[in-house]
Amino acid sequence: MLANLAFWAFSGVAILSALMVVIARNPVRSVLFLILAFFSAAGLFVLLGAEFLAMLLIVVYVGAVAVLFLFVVMMLDVDFTELKQGFLSYLPLGGLVGIILAVELGMIGMTWQASDQAMALRDAAIPEGLTNVEALGLVIYDQYVYFFQAAGLVLLVAMIGAIVLTLRHKPGVRRQSVSAQVARDRKDAVSMHDIKPGQGIGE
Amino acid sequence: MTDFIEQFGVWGGLGMSLLQILAFAVVLLISLAFLLLMDRKVWAAVQMRKGPNVVGAFGLLQSFADFFKFVFKEVVIPAGADRSLYLLAPLITLILAFVTWAVVPAAPGWVIADLNVGILYLFAMSSLGVYGIIIGGWASNSKYPFLGALRSAAQMVSYEVSIGFIIVTVLLFAGSMNLSDITEMQAGGFWNWNVLSFHAWPMPMFLVMIPMAVIFFISALAETNRPPFDLPEAESELVAGYQVEYSSTPYLLFMVGEYLNIVLMCAMTSILFFGGWNDPFGLDVSDWPYMASHAWYFFWFSAKIVFFFFMFAMVKALVPRYRYDQLMRLGWKIFLPISLAAVALVGAAVVYGPQG
Repeated sequence: MLANLAFWAFSGVAILSALMVVIARNPVRSVLFLILAFFSAAGLFVLLGAEFLAMLLIVVYVGAVAVLFLFVVMMLDVDFTELKQGFLSYLPLGGLVGIILAVELGMIGMTWQASDQAMALRDAAIPEGLTNVEALGLVIYDQYVYFFQAAGLVLLVAMIGAIVLTLRHKPGVRRQSVSAQVARDRKDAVSMHDIKPGQGIGE
Repeated sequence: MTDFIEQFGVWGGLGMSLLQILAFAVVLLISLAFLLLMDRKVWAAVQMRKGPNVVGAFGLLQSFADFFKFVFKEVVIPAGADRSLYLLAPLITLILAFVTWAVVPAAPGWVIADLNVGILYLFAMSSLGVYGIIIGGWASNSKYPFLGALRSAAQMVSYEVSIGFIIVTVLLFAGSMNLSDITEMQAGGFWNWNVLSFHAWPMPMFLVMIPMAVIFFISALAETNRPPFDLPEAESELVAGYQVEYSSTPYLLFMVGEYLNIVLMCAMTSILFFGGWNDPFGLDVSDWPYMASHAWYFFWFSAKIVFFFFMFAMVKALVPRYRYDQLMRLGWKIFLPISLAAVALVGAAVVYGPQG
């Protein structure tokens, strides 16, 4: 009973907040509703017995990705009411695209066939006697380790590409070099002068 | 909770769980009141002041007086602020700070939810803490809070990365994400605590784990926005950062949430590296009566928390504030590579060492 109740609560909140992402006036609120949708999805994962995935969803998407979204959206200074004024003129085109997508999704849904093995796998999401984390680890690091490594390399290449595109060496910028500061000796930094009164430094 | 439901039926189980949660919350809040006082007293002692000493003997009731002062003040909501988000932000901070304590074991079996992925839950919830600050800073509709919120977002995301890797080193030793398992693994004397890791003998893992404990402590300072990393509320530049516009109860909620997070980080340091509820001498108290042995465990757990809280207070009193670029350099260029190397070393030790 409790699990059913929790399922309806989480899925209801997920759908409602996903709707609010689209219709909220303020973009910051849209992002906050998106976060709520992520959160409810994590709750659904917990109900499925995939608590590790649920926690990863929160750590990665809610804790890091959505923070950066929020970061960017907050700093935008765009008048969104003005942007939304062309809503009616774009409605026919947008509606057409939406209807086509819905029809396509419906066609996929009607012709979708799941193999018996897939259904059996879904019923036993976690193998007997293993925790969630161990089961996932076996799949990722034992069965599909080469694919996992390849995916990691693709990400690495993308990351290096982004750094190469944005890295610029400006000449004439004075940066703090902590090691140079720490390595500085008293002898080359301070010198003692005995100055006679009334003479000044004389240089 | 499921154990309670099996034992007492659905409603009895729910009631027992509620009682348990209530017990945790009340103990936390009352000890927080005195920890706050301790923070101020330590700070005062370092500066050769007396600190709060008027309300109650030695100022013991100062926190309660402050509480009533906050509650009875007027809630001021700035014009042009986003009202609902403005009030939601301190609530988020407070609720997340409380919710995180659900998986912290105070003694064997004394935990609200003994999750299999307990430590990930802790990590996830503490990474959500940044939302209270960002939302509060943005909803105030004011410059300084906004700057404070942006600083805090970047700072907390940066230090989470190294905290995550440090947690992985501990997980590799324990082979479990359950906090009770992690604590039990360190039983049998202080040499078995993860900070010294003689359970991996003859591997000299203390060479890796002592630096990890230190880095974890420093990252915890940054994660909770404590001095010397309190840039989101740096008073010399941002007045009070994201809290500028907050007054009375919303401000109180922010402050309680912040201090709860600090105490939580102390608890995490003690569970991950310093044996949690285990005493340092390796006494076997399993044949003591239930209450006596659990009081013994609870005493050591809270003693460690108080010790680390004292360290937090001393750091606040002694260390000058970091500059923002220095903070980012420390997180990304120093802590991240070191903790990454430590993960590799500990992984190798676990696979090729005596347990592997």
